[in-house]
Amino acid sequence: MSVKLPIYLDYHATTPVDPRVVDAMLPYFTEHFGNAASRNHPFGWEAEEAVDKARKQVADLIGANAKEIVFTSGATESDNLAIKGAAEMYREKGNHIITCVTEHKAVIDTCKRLEKEGFRVTYLPVQKDGRINLDELRAAITDKTILITIMAANNEIGVIQPVAEIGAIAKEKGILFHTDAVQAVGKIPFNVNDLKVDMASISAHKMYGPKGVGALFVRRRNPRVLLAPQIDGGGHERGMRSGTLNVPGIVGFGKAAELCRQEMESDTKRLSGLRDRLNARLHKGLDEIYINGSMEHRLPHNLNISFAYVEGESLLMGINDVAVSSGSACTSASLEPSYVLKALGAGDDLAHSSIRFGLGRWTTEEEIDYVADKLTTVVTRLREMSPLYELAKEGVDLSTMQWQTEGH
Amino acid sequence: MAYSDKVIDHYENPRNVGSLPKDDKNVGTGLVGAPECGDVMKLQVKVNPQTGVIDDAKFKTFGCGSAIASSSLATEWLKGKTVEEALAIKNTDIVTELSLPPVKIHCSVLAEDAIKAAIADYKKKQGSEKSADTHAQPTA
Repeated sequence: MSVKLPIYLDYHATTPVDPRVVDAMLPYFTEHFGNAASRNHPFGWEAEEAVDKARKQVADLIGANAKEIVFTSGATESDNLAIKGAAEMYREKGNHIITCVTEHKAVIDTCKRLEKEGFRVTYLPVQKDGRINLDELRAAITDKTILITIMAANNEIGVIQPVAEIGAIAKEKGILFHTDAVQAVGKIPFNVNDLKVDMASISAHKMYGPKGVGALFVRRRNPRVLLAPQIDGGGHERGMRSGTLNVPGIVGFGKAAELCRQEMESDTKRLSGLRDRLNARLHKGLDEIYINGSMEHRLPHNLNISFAYVEGESLLMGINDVAVSSGSACTSASLEPSYVLKALGAGDDLAHSSIRFGLGRWTTEEEIDYVADKLTTVVTRLREMSPLYELAKEGVDLSTMQWQTEGH
Repeated sequence: MAYSDKVIDHYENPRNVGSLPKDDKNVGTGLVGAPECGDVMKLQVKVNPQTGVIDDAKFKTFGCGSAIASSSLATEWLKGKTVEEALAIKNTDIVTELSLPPVKIHCSVLAEDAIKAAIADYKKKQGSEKSADTHAQPTA
């Protein structure tokens, strides 16, 4: 069987919308177009009913109560609302926030903004496996700490943080715990009560739903979390997020959540099998390739590998019929290589050599074999033209060499 | 990012990949860039001592497609030029030839640096000029 090109292996960036989700959404663009806030006619009632159903579907996926779901435009907004909203609300209690260096920019930059406004933020380092050290978390807590925000799973290396342990520590100390759960929810079991999470950010388009819709789980009981709204207006979403609800998007989000809940077990099994197949095949064909982050605490559909002596962008050029991401600077607007990989202590050269693979619902075994074989060929070719590979083969220790770095 | 056809051609069919014997006194080697910056170029020239003309040029590059193309193009241009003519190659010539976008200009700068480093190394070996600081073992 021949493989259909290009192959999409960038499911951490976004996912296609499941056709079953599209089917659920369609009537809400045309027939049932009402505003969910219109209380006095059936158009509004229908829309509200659809939103309520979706709210329940999303809540069920994470073990929450439907009333604890606040719909937003996406996880970036959810992160902003959770962190800024809590900071503003609990400012009198304290001004200290704890987060981690490998967080998504939506969390890091929000924290940086709060620093300018007088908050103090601790950015916990990560260990070589990509996880935070719980003792360091405990040590960072002060009587001024009001919020801990640590992601559930990382978007680059797929490493899963010890969320339940962090939740227990936060609970014990009476500190709110927010987690950016975008990459985890729908992919691995995630229950807000088991994990003792007070707030969780979720996004529809990472779990086969539409773009432009997300949610923030906000705990209502034990403790009741209060947030200062960041968008003012008609007082939608229990006053926490004003703005007319994106009804078709929310309906799609709900359907996507329902499908993830039903198919998580089989998806996980299939995708971790394919991921391990990709890993094994690459290791068979190539030496000196390194997995970034823990393999044990990792999303089932993620693989992040550094191909030593080969630069990421040139690697992507060689596999231009495969959609993946590289940690190399050249692929992004910034000139720095991935801060996540640097935080692992991988060394900038290996960060420049990395590829992130994100598998998903429509990834096939044929695709995985094609990608592994093609990468093996391209890496071999690029190493033949790599001066670093040549030096390494001559026995030169690249890390002790003096490089001319000035001006680059 | 969209690459120009010429960059893609050099990437897919790089000219003059390889190594010349670096201990040969007629061979000059330039090694510039740094792994942590995502670019390292090794460029070598072999000069005919009688004529002063570059007979052969080879490169190896760790870097993005534009870096590979810049160094590949540089080796093409070097062959047949005298040492002095080679020193006249400017990074802007490479930018123009390969239609490099602004974010990739540093690749052409590195290629020019590599040419200069290789020729400085050659001249040093010939003893015709006192050592320049840019040669096979670049200093920080």
